[in-house]
Amino acid sequence: MLDRVLTRHPQVALRPEPFGALAYHYDNRKLIFLRHPDLLTVVQSLDGRRTVAEALDVAGVASSRRPSFLAALQSLLDSEMLGEPALTR
Amino acid sequence: MNQPSLVDDLKSGLDAPICLTWELTYACNLQCVHCLSSSGRRDPDELTSAEAFGVLDELASMQVFYVNIGGGEPMIRKDFFDIVDHAVERGIGVKFSTNGAYLTPERAQRLAATPYLDVQISLDGLDAATNDPVRGKGSYAIARRAMDNLADAGFGPFKISIVVTRHNVGQLDGFKALADRYGATLRVTRLRPSGRGADSWHELHPTSVQQREIYRWLLEHGADVLTGDSFFHLNALGEQPLPGLNMCGAGRVVCLIDPIGDVYACPFVIHDEFKAGSVRDAGGFSGVWRNSHTFRELRRPQSAGACASCGQFDACQGGCMAAKFFTGLPLDGPDPECVNGHGEPALKVAGPHPIMAVDHSRAVPILLSRR
Repeated sequence: MLDRVLTRHPQVALRPEPFGALAYHYDNRKLIFLRHPDLLTVVQSLDGRRTVAEALDVAGVASSRRPSFLAALQSLLDSEMLGEPALTR
Repeated sequence: MNQPSLVDDLKSGLDAPICLTWELTYACNLQCVHCLSSSGRRDPDELTSAEAFGVLDELASMQVFYVNIGGGEPMIRKDFFDIVDHAVERGIGVKFSTNGAYLTPERAQRLAATPYLDVQISLDGLDAATNDPVRGKGSYAIARRAMDNLADAGFGPFKISIVVTRHNVGQLDGFKALADRYGATLRVTRLRPSGRGADSWHELHPTSVQQREIYRWLLEHGADVLTGDSFFHLNALGEQPLPGLNMCGAGRVVCLIDPIGDVYACPFVIHDEFKAGSVRDAGGFSGVWRNSHTFRELRRPQSAGACASCGQFDACQGGCMAAKFFTGLPLDGPDPECVNGHGEPALKVAGPHPIMAVDHSRAVPILLSRR
């Protein structure tokens, strides 16, 4: 996961909230809760050029916190909110 | 991570609702006996098109992802498609609920061509004999014709929306098969004693044996069947919670805008007690959402009250506020359909049920019982 280059699906909207953010996918109508403001930063940094590891660095996520962030990113992948740049265009 | 739970985060309220229900009109061609909004006649003070567009612009700036449009019958409004188009153009998805009477083949084509749009057709029985005593004469045929029109137009997976009653619990498998035949999604929700439902609830709500049946059936079908998170009171029946957030979102993550712009905590509590303000107020909808006394109260930690001594409170959360209120029960006590049986004795000593703030029922006899 760490060396994958990912990007947000163009039909996904992010709405910041005190606990983090809401992510809504207009195509498949899925709603996901991003439960930390740093996770929002990570997702916003995934622009199709950075790797996951680089995006975690941008948000200053220390290695001890990475497992929970990777699990959250996996659920965003499973719901097609994140994907490979070629697949989401 | 020592994080508060998601449910705790949500109970203290969000900057904007996740979604909201907007009843576009009190006008309706039907007079369902369980209508939450006691609809029938159009209210002369209904929001104008311009006011509706203004509300949508505000919702867009608050980044509300989608609105649930209902009524009354929303397609009765002449500007129905203008409102839908205005929402979609601003990135607000529309999920709308209809009885299907105005869903002609031409309109089905138009709906099929609109992005970010979901349609749900209401149906409360697998045949006219079960459906029509609740929804009105001819309403079964109307709903099926609308489904055929959507299917013919290639709309894709529309929704079939059922309110579970004593008379249709046994048809759940049949509803699922009907939805599958259409390539549709089944949505089943809980009957509330709100609106005209206050008068029909006692003879329509599922028995305690049927409640167990519903819980098992919903667990078996998981996330394939939508429930609007409305059955969390059943979670006290077993170890496994039903899919969903399983909390009351009223005034915290959802709310209702009624046809004249009044804002209530949820679609099931159109009553002064739960009225937070109006979109016509100086601060608009966002002012109501953020500052109203009613919503602030709902976002404070709620007392478990009489339910505190019951070991199941964490599972059922004390049930539905609207169900308690409109059956005359205290809000910090058991749900009238408490699965541990605490509702029935409470109902015996309950006061008279509060009546709706506004009633737009037409002055015609309503089909009620088939017995």
